[in-house]
Amino acid sequence: MSIPKPSVKERMAIERCVMDEQAPLERAGNFGEVNLGLSMEIALKEAQRCLECKKPTCVEGCPVNVNIPRFIGFVMEGKMEDAALSLASDNALPAVTGRVCPQETQCECVCIRGKKGKPVAIGYLERFVADWARANMNTDMAKAPATGKKVAVIGAGPAGLTAAGELVRKGHDVTVYEALQKTGGVLVYGIPEFRLPKKIVQSEVDRLVRAGVKIETNVVVGRTWTIDELREQFDAIFIANGAGLPVFMNVPGENLKGVYSANEYLTRVNLMKAYQFPMGSDTPVIKGKRVCVVGGGNVAMDAVRTAKRLGAEEAIIVYRRSKVEMPARVEEVHHAEAEGIRFEMLTAPLEVVGDENHWVTGLKCQRMELGEPDASGRRRPVPVAGSEFVLDCDVVVVAIGTRANPLLTATCPEMKLNKYGNILVDEKGMTTIPGVFAGGDIVRGAATVILAMGDGKRAASEISDYLKK
Amino acid sequence: MFKVIANTQLSPNVWRLDVMAPRIAKIRKAGQFVIVCKGEGSERVPLTIANADPKEGWITLVIQAVGKSTRELVETQVGEFIRDISGPLGKPTELAEPGSKAICVGGGVGTGVVHPIAQALHARGVKVVSVIGGRSKQWVFFEPELKKCGEVVVCTDDGSYGRKGFVTDAVKDQLEAGGISTVYAVGPVPMMRAISNLTKQYGVHTIVSLNPVMVDGTGMCGGCRVNVGGETKFACVDGPEFDAHQVDFETLMDRLGIYKTQEKEKLEEPRCHCQHQTPQQS
Repeated sequence: MSIPKPSVKERMAIERCVMDEQAPLERAGNFGEVNLGLSMEIALKEAQRCLECKKPTCVEGCPVNVNIPRFIGFVMEGKMEDAALSLASDNALPAVTGRVCPQETQCECVCIRGKKGKPVAIGYLERFVADWARANMNTDMAKAPATGKKVAVIGAGPAGLTAAGELVRKGHDVTVYEALQKTGGVLVYGIPEFRLPKKIVQSEVDRLVRAGVKIETNVVVGRTWTIDELREQFDAIFIANGAGLPVFMNVPGENLKGVYSANEYLTRVNLMKAYQFPMGSDTPVIKGKRVCVVGGGNVAMDAVRTAKRLGAEEAIIVYRRSKVEMPARVEEVHHAEAEGIRFEMLTAPLEVVGDENHWVTGLKCQRMELGEPDASGRRRPVPVAGSEFVLDCDVVVVAIGTRANPLLTATCPEMKLNKYGNILVDEKGMTTIPGVFAGGDIVRGAATVILAMGDGKRAASEISDYLKK
Repeated sequence: MFKVIANTQLSPNVWRLDVMAPRIAKIRKAGQFVIVCKGEGSERVPLTIANADPKEGWITLVIQAVGKSTRELVETQVGEFIRDISGPLGKPTELAEPGSKAICVGGGVGTGVVHPIAQALHARGVKVVSVIGGRSKQWVFFEPELKKCGEVVVCTDDGSYGRKGFVTDAVKDQLEAGGISTVYAVGPVPMMRAISNLTKQYGVHTIVSLNPVMVDGTGMCGGCRVNVGGETKFACVDGPEFDAHQVDFETLMDRLGIYKTQEKEKLEEPRCHCQHQTPQQS
C-alpha cells in the first residue's frame, strides 16, 4: 500500500514547498491563523525532498532529538499513521512545535539540503502530520499499569504538559496545578491565536485528561499550596511555573497610561480575549492608533502584530540592535514585514512621553550604532550622540524579556536559586530538595517552547527513575 | 466552580457574597485577596477576602457594583456558581504589636476590606478602634461585625447616623488623644490620601490597601504597578498593603482611570436594552 520512494536524483530535483497563508492585508485585520497548512499532495512532495541521511544532522539540531528522517520517511510512503506515531513518541506537542519552533536555527539550519538550496521544510511537515493525526486518528495514549505513585506538576505550560503526558504514560497518578483559569501557560496567554490557535492547545490538554491527568486550575503554588504541603501529598514534584515576571525598561514615564508589559498586553488579548471587547469579552485593552513595541524577540513580534490586528494605523518595532541580531523567528519577521509593521532598528528608548493627563504621546529614542561584540557575541549597540528624537505613539508595549517569578520560590527558602532567581537543578533536573524537580523557563530563564518541552520530557524520565528507588 | 451560599445587599451599591472556597478559607490571612472570574468572557476581578470560616469552608467577598463585571458578580444568586476563584493572593497584613492600639479606617467598600484586619488585630490582643463612614446611614455597613473587634465610630457626611463629618475628622480626634501605634486605612483613593496626609503630621505609621488595575494577580502582567517610595512595586505580589507615607497616590488614582472610556462602552452593550424591551413587548 505504500508509495514507492523516489531516487536521490529525483528528490534533489524537487523544490521546497511554500506554505499557503492568509493574504497579508487580509490577515492583518483578523486573528485567524496566518499559515494555512500544507495539502496532502504538497506534503508528500516535500517529504520526498528528504534524503534520509544515515547520520541525520537534523536530529542533532533538534533540542529534543525528534527522529526526523523516520517520520518524514513514513510521510514519503504515505503511511500517515506510522508517521504520527513516530512523531508522537518523540514529541508530546508536535502541532505546537511545528508552529512555534525556530526551525531555521535548529533542525532546518543543519539539514544537508540547505547546503545547496533550501532545507527540507521540517516544521511544516511536523505540523502537517500532527494536524492530520488530530483529524484522522485516535491519538489517545495507551494506559500503563498504575504505579501507585503520585506526582504533582506545577504549571500547565509546555514543560508541565509534556511532563504530565510522559508521567501518566508511565502509569503515575499525575495532578497538574495551574495558576490561571485556563491551561496552556504561555501557549494560551502569550502566543496569539493567529500563530497558534487555542483549540490546538485545548485538544492536547483534553488528550492528557482522557489519559487520566488531573488538572486543577486557579491554584497558585506558593500561595494556595506551598511546596512543603505538596511534598506531604505527593511522591515527587515537577516545578515548571515559567519565567513570568515582566522586565520593564526603567526609563522615565513608564507608569504613564498606555504603557504595557508585553505580558499584560498579550494576556489581555489572548487569554482574556480583549480583541472581542465589548461583545465577547469584558476585558478591555487600549487599542492604540500608533503603537510602539520595544524589543526584537518573538514576544515583540507577537505584540506588534497584535497591535496591527487591533486596528493600529501604525505598529512599530523599536529595537536597539539591527535586524540580523533580532532573536525572533525569521518567519515571524517576514510575516510582520508583509503585514506592514514598521521596523525602527538601532533605536533605543530613553523615555516615554505623555500629555498633561498622563496619557502616552510618544517614545523618546536615540539612534544606536554597532560597536564591538559583547558577552552574547552580538555587536554591542552604542548610542549616536545627538540623535535623540520622539516617535509619536499612544501605546507602548515593553517586550524586552521576563525573569523568574519569586512567588513560589520565596515560600521555599531551602531550595537553592541562582542570582537571577532561577531554580538550580542537578544533572538529573532535581532541585536541592529531594524529589522536587524543576524545568523550563524557571530553570533556564526565558527560552523556547521546545526547550521547555525537552525539560519536561527529561524530568518525567528522571522522576520515574527516582520513584523506582 | 465555587458555590455562592449567601448574597446580601449591604448598601445601595455594595453586596456581600459568601462563597464556598474551603482551601482559601482555611489558609487566608488578613489583607489577602482573591481573583474572581465569573465565567467565560468575564473579567478577572481582584477582591479582598473580607471574612472566612475555615470550618465551614466559605469566604466572604464584599463587592461594590460599579461596572459590568462587578454587577454580574453581585447578581450571582444563592446556589449559583462562580467559575474561578484563585488565591489567597498578596502579602498578609503587617499586624501591630499585641498590647498596642490601632485605628482601622474603612470608607465605602473599604469597610469590608478593613474588617479582616480589625479581626486579626483583635485576635492578637491589639486594641482596635474602627472608624467607618458613608454618605448617609444606608451607606454604612459592617458596624456589628467590627464591634466584635472593638470600639466603632461611625461617620456620615449628612449626619443621618453616627457623627456628622468625614472619617478624617474622627481619626484626627483619636490621634489627638494619642497612644495610637498604627493606622490602617482602606477606601477610595482620596480618602486614603487624606488619612495618610493626616497621620504624617502625627508621625503615626499608616498602612493602606491599594486596588489598582490587575489581571493575573501573581506578578505576571505588571498592570498593578504602583510607585512606593520612588520605586515601582507590583501591588499583587509586593502588596496590596503598603506604607501610606511612601505611596504616590496621584499615579495610583491616574492609573485607575485607564479604562474609563471602555467601561462606558461595556455598560452601553445591548444586553441592557434587551432587558428594558421585554416588559413593553409582553
